[in-house]
Amino acid sequence: MIYFDNSATTKPFPEALKSFQQVSERYYANPSSIHSFGSETEKLLLQSKKQAAQLLNVNQEEIIFTSGGTEGNNLAIKGIALQHQNRGKHIITTTIEHPSVLEACRSLESLGFEVTYLPVDEEGRLRVEEVKNAIRNDTILLSVMHVNNELGTVQPIEEIGRIASHYPKMFFHVDHVQGLGKLPLDFHSSHIDLCTMSSHKIHGLKGAGMLFVKRNTSLFPLLHGGSQEASYRAGTENLAGIVAMVKALRMILDKQQSQYRHLENLNKQLRDCLKDLPQVMINSPEDSAPHILNFSVPGYKPEVVIHALGEKGIYISTKSACSSKNADESAVLSACGHQFKRSSSALRVSLSYDSTKEEAKTFCEAFKDVMNQLSEVMG
Amino acid sequence: MNYDHILIRYGEMSLKGKNLKHFVARLYENVKMKLANFSNIQIKRNRSRMYILLNGEDPEPIMEQLKDVFGIQSFSLAIKSESEEEQIKEAVMFALTEPEDVKTFKVSVRRVDKDFPIGSQDMNRVLGGHLLSNTEGYSVDVHNPDIELQVEIRKDGTYITSKKIPGAGGLPVGTSGKSLLLLSGGIDSPVAGFLSMKRGVEMEAIHFHSPPYTSERSKQKVMDLAKQLTRFGHKLRVHVVPFTKLQQTIYREIPEGYGMTVMRRLMMKISERVAEKEGILSFTTGESLGQVASQTMESMNTINEVTNYPIIRPLVSMDKLEIIDISKRIDTYDISIRPYEDCCTVFVPSQPKTRPTREKINELEAKVDFSEELEETLESIEVIEFTEEAEQEDEFSDLL
Repeated sequence: MIYFDNSATTKPFPEALKSFQQVSERYYANPSSIHSFGSETEKLLLQSKKQAAQLLNVNQEEIIFTSGGTEGNNLAIKGIALQHQNRGKHIITTTIEHPSVLEACRSLESLGFEVTYLPVDEEGRLRVEEVKNAIRNDTILLSVMHVNNELGTVQPIEEIGRIASHYPKMFFHVDHVQGLGKLPLDFHSSHIDLCTMSSHKIHGLKGAGMLFVKRNTSLFPLLHGGSQEASYRAGTENLAGIVAMVKALRMILDKQQSQYRHLENLNKQLRDCLKDLPQVMINSPEDSAPHILNFSVPGYKPEVVIHALGEKGIYISTKSACSSKNADESAVLSACGHQFKRSSSALRVSLSYDSTKEEAKTFCEAFKDVMNQLSEVMG
Repeated sequence: MNYDHILIRYGEMSLKGKNLKHFVARLYENVKMKLANFSNIQIKRNRSRMYILLNGEDPEPIMEQLKDVFGIQSFSLAIKSESEEEQIKEAVMFALTEPEDVKTFKVSVRRVDKDFPIGSQDMNRVLGGHLLSNTEGYSVDVHNPDIELQVEIRKDGTYITSKKIPGAGGLPVGTSGKSLLLLSGGIDSPVAGFLSMKRGVEMEAIHFHSPPYTSERSKQKVMDLAKQLTRFGHKLRVHVVPFTKLQQTIYREIPEGYGMTVMRRLMMKISERVAEKEGILSFTTGESLGQVASQTMESMNTINEVTNYPIIRPLVSMDKLEIIDISKRIDTYDISIRPYEDCCTVFVPSQPKTRPTREKINELEAKVDFSEELEETLESIEVIEFTEEAEQEDEFSDLL
């Protein structure tokens, strides 16, 4: 089997899985219980937070554990909007955000907020000027993703943050779900106030995530109840999931240091092979994140390609898994200004540090076969 | 060219006369310990400045650490050049043009080395003129410049700095003797410890623990606070006093209402014995006048009767909100507000006397013999030592 759908989710690291199991078996007490067993698990929770904070170079109290990327994005966006609506009701985001950002923004529109969706260029990149021009006196939130989940396009977060820093009334949120463990992001020098991260995209398990919330930033909680996570996120902590996430975080950051070049090489290998095929148009820009390669096969139905590859045990995806079941067209590619033929025939290969050269080679050959086979009917 | 040094300016210790050497030596040791993890740096000192040679280390994390070292008035990134006009000009040019968003500047020259041929005032003009005639878009503003370029011309070289970062102030820890901090799990006592340390005091702490009336977690909380304080003093020993028996005796033998005062007096007596043994010369407490029943003037008078050691009360005139502000700044607040019972809350009567008298308390205490339990307690004190770098919690390291 060749699993090239790592932007949808990743295979848990065996070490993370082991931690998950050990914590579930040994440290199942509720960290809020006052007996010493609870005290032990609370200590583990605090230690996890401390380690996550150290790895991300932030303060411990700036981390809120969540259930994942969707919750993190919702908590950041709705939490800021509801808490600070007396300052203004204007939000800025982009047209190529993940649905958990876009839909959260749309839900706020129905509550009387106004949202500006900034356009992107053909490569999916936001122009810094556009951000500047969109900021108004009543803008309270700017939300921009770091790495786009379909294209891999990297936004100039540091530059955007520098602009955002001139507007103290406006909070700056970054969806870092696809970037974490792949590309460095300094929260401080980028003037980020909130940053969403997810566990299962970095070889942790589903059901855990983190939201960085800069000191002195207040949020309206989505979940009310107990006083867990400084009351920003009530509910008994998913300790096993959290510990596994922090373990995975440590490991993926190591790999980012030592194996980034490997990802770049794989990306290049795939690009070189696809470039030679007349039916293929590559959508990911040259300088995109190395783990994502998006391309279109105009005239071919992407589902058919996926299924044909699936028969050979190769798993890739059409657009992002979260929106794959909607219409055929990729909203991201269409926002980049591509014609329907191109934006409705996109395929995404997404790699992990464990992907190999041989796998990439096998994929290429299989893909060529599939194209030949299908061209008799569709080409 | 780049910033290759950090220049450290001393605080009020620079006013010391013959003792200055001793203060500088201590600060040097403290800085060295604080920066032990940065293996490439070198630290040099003289009577008025300390210099850190970066040797390629990233200055940001180093400066972050320096902010916690008492005795430092301020520090700056510095470029070192030869004390020679052309080289100084070049360095000043770099310092002006390197940052973005700078339009106006001011040059302040201090000629420490009087052998340098150009006087401070003249050198100001020379450098200002050089900058103006070789750049575009900059102008001089002596009152509100965007950047102030400070040039210190010394024998060993000239240091050019542009941005002053405030240090922690105070005196180097270890120059003012030792004090014993009465550390509870609350907000106040860690702040009191911090402020004493600011005046150069080397701290030990004493904590009264009453299991099972107080939990393991409340003890852990105190340990975490102690650990946090090592940020400012490198090392902190905590004397953990098992206090349950004495508290039970007080509860049984002393009329409700007076128990708290008697308890405090016993704490003082125990603290004094610990101090005697350890060669500690004073106590530090988090008392703030009028804050709670044990901190009224009458209570202080009655409690203080049992010891003639000096008691340093840095918070005595502070409001709760001022104390909270400091505790947030030194990152003890979040630990302090963890909601566990501490030793003082369980046994406190619902209505403690706020105006005890020495006579009344002495009369009540005379009826009870605490001495045996007191000695027993002293025997079973546990000492835990914290240092800044040591990581206490490696029991989970295989999981994380």
